[in-house]
Amino acid sequence: MSGISREEVRRVVALARLSLSPEETERLTRELGAILGYVETLSRVDTTDVPPTSHVMALATPLRDDVPAEPIDPELAVANAPLASGSAFVVPKVIEGEEEG
Amino acid sequence: MATGSGPLGTLPELRSALDSGETRSVALVEQSLDRAARVGGALGAFTRLRGEEARAEAEAADARRRAGRSLSPLDGIPVAIKDNLVRRGEVTSCASRILEGYVSPYSAGVIERLDAAGAISIGSTNMDEFAMGSSSEHSIYGPVRNPWDPARTPGGSSGGSAAAVAAGIVPVAIGSDTGGSIRQPASFCGVVGLKPTYGRVSRWGLVAYASSLDQVGAFGRSAADVATVLEVIAGHDARDSTSLPEPPPRCAEALDGDVSGLVVGIPREYFVEQGVSPEVVQSVRAAIEELEAAGAKTREVSLPTSEFAVAAYYLVATAEASSNLARYDGVRYGYRARNVNGLADLYQRSRSEGFGDEVKLRIVLGTYVLSAGYYEAYYRKAQQVRTLVRRDFERAFSACDVIATPTAPELPFRLGERAEDPLRMYLGDVYTVSANLAGLPGVSLPCGSADGMPIGLQLLAPPLEEAKLLRVADAYQRRTDHHRARPPEPA
Repeated sequence: MSGISREEVRRVVALARLSLSPEETERLTRELGAILGYVETLSRVDTTDVPPTSHVMALATPLRDDVPAEPIDPELAVANAPLASGSAFVVPKVIEGEEEG
Repeated sequence: MATGSGPLGTLPELRSALDSGETRSVALVEQSLDRAARVGGALGAFTRLRGEEARAEAEAADARRRAGRSLSPLDGIPVAIKDNLVRRGEVTSCASRILEGYVSPYSAGVIERLDAAGAISIGSTNMDEFAMGSSSEHSIYGPVRNPWDPARTPGGSSGGSAAAVAAGIVPVAIGSDTGGSIRQPASFCGVVGLKPTYGRVSRWGLVAYASSLDQVGAFGRSAADVATVLEVIAGHDARDSTSLPEPPPRCAEALDGDVSGLVVGIPREYFVEQGVSPEVVQSVRAAIEELEAAGAKTREVSLPTSEFAVAAYYLVATAEASSNLARYDGVRYGYRARNVNGLADLYQRSRSEGFGDEVKLRIVLGTYVLSAGYYEAYYRKAQQVRTLVRRDFERAFSACDVIATPTAPELPFRLGERAEDPLRMYLGDVYTVSANLAGLPGVSLPCGSADGMPIGLQLLAPPLEEAKLLRVADAYQRRTDHHRARPPEPA
């Protein structure tokens, strides 16, 4: 399970919603290859019948009473948006076939 | 006590000076701010100072003290807080361009508790972007420098907080530790750094890196100082679903200097492996002998899975990071790319222009190990190894009270030395990541020096045993002077 190709890096970069220059892709391919080569050592550990640990402490999801509380003010919620309209976030149009706004 | 812009005293010195009326909080805060600007500026330790706010808070603290209504042992004391904890109405950057202009609509649980205790934050400290790094070099604000030698790293990712305490800018500071990000910079800067048990301190308002590993903790000049901070910041917070219900540990009474009969475990794997410098081994062994002289017993223990901990850690941490950092999309807050061509382009370009190289590397690695076809071989395997790491500690702690190890395998390296070799940087976390994988409390304390640079002893304890952990650290400091050493005053 060692090594990673440039094509695979490009695929994963797209999955991660990133876009990289050819130089960045080159560097990332090299660095990821070294790291994946190192983590290969895990294959030496016998984990037959060993359950995975996803979390050390929380054994159950804590529940709280279903009590209404003050919601965040919509104006405050969008106050950090780089682009907002009233209390709405502004994004580029996502419907196919229509002109970009 | 030094005044003007000299180094601030220790927490007990400042408290007694406040109690006796020898000084006031406004004077301490002024001295701290001045030193943060001059010395902290040269070190790159801060991302932002809270001059106006801190001065006003100091006035209020002095008024409380005059009225005999001081809130806590931290009332009126200047502190510094890592720039990944949010405060209502103020900027948080995580040293990243992608959080450009972010002003939080709420405050972190830790910040609320520090405020309620009367502590005065003089500013936010510099760090590796999103706490990803072991050198505090990956920051849009530039690197943090080590007060003992400005050409070297202070460690990371909480390098600014560690440097601020070492340089006498503040007596105590707050950091976060996901794989050693408090303990390793504490070691490199010659101060004490405590990572509490996972869940001990609220993560509400801590910008997430790897949620099953992240924990907020404290820096100080002594074990007693970090105990004081822990008592303030620990405790249940219903807004963090992983917060433990236990009340804060009662450390003050536990720090009695008595370690007679306590058993210190020495993991045999940690002192024979290649790649640990002889000066580090020598200092840590001498520290263990000092604990024996204080009445503790030692016993060899075994942590056989530890050689695989770094690999397991970087798979788990980056997988969680890839998920946590998916929220930075250029829409809801922070940096947004201009002139984009559609929504996908907005996401891609905002993220690519907003994140630094190390963060991108970790997001891509994490995405890869979670992707179809690799999940079982990498992510699930790492989680199984995590189970074995936990079992190692459970077995070891059935035979000892605390475990002693080096904090870092080598002395602080030079800035830029590891920049082109992420894997080599990761391998330096060999002694610290296991405590995060197992959720254990750990502390690093100064135990010597070599080549003019500090060396750290790491002590680990079972979950929720911070009082015992700090008792051992305090007993060591009662018998030694390493924690009193200070870096040279800058010219």
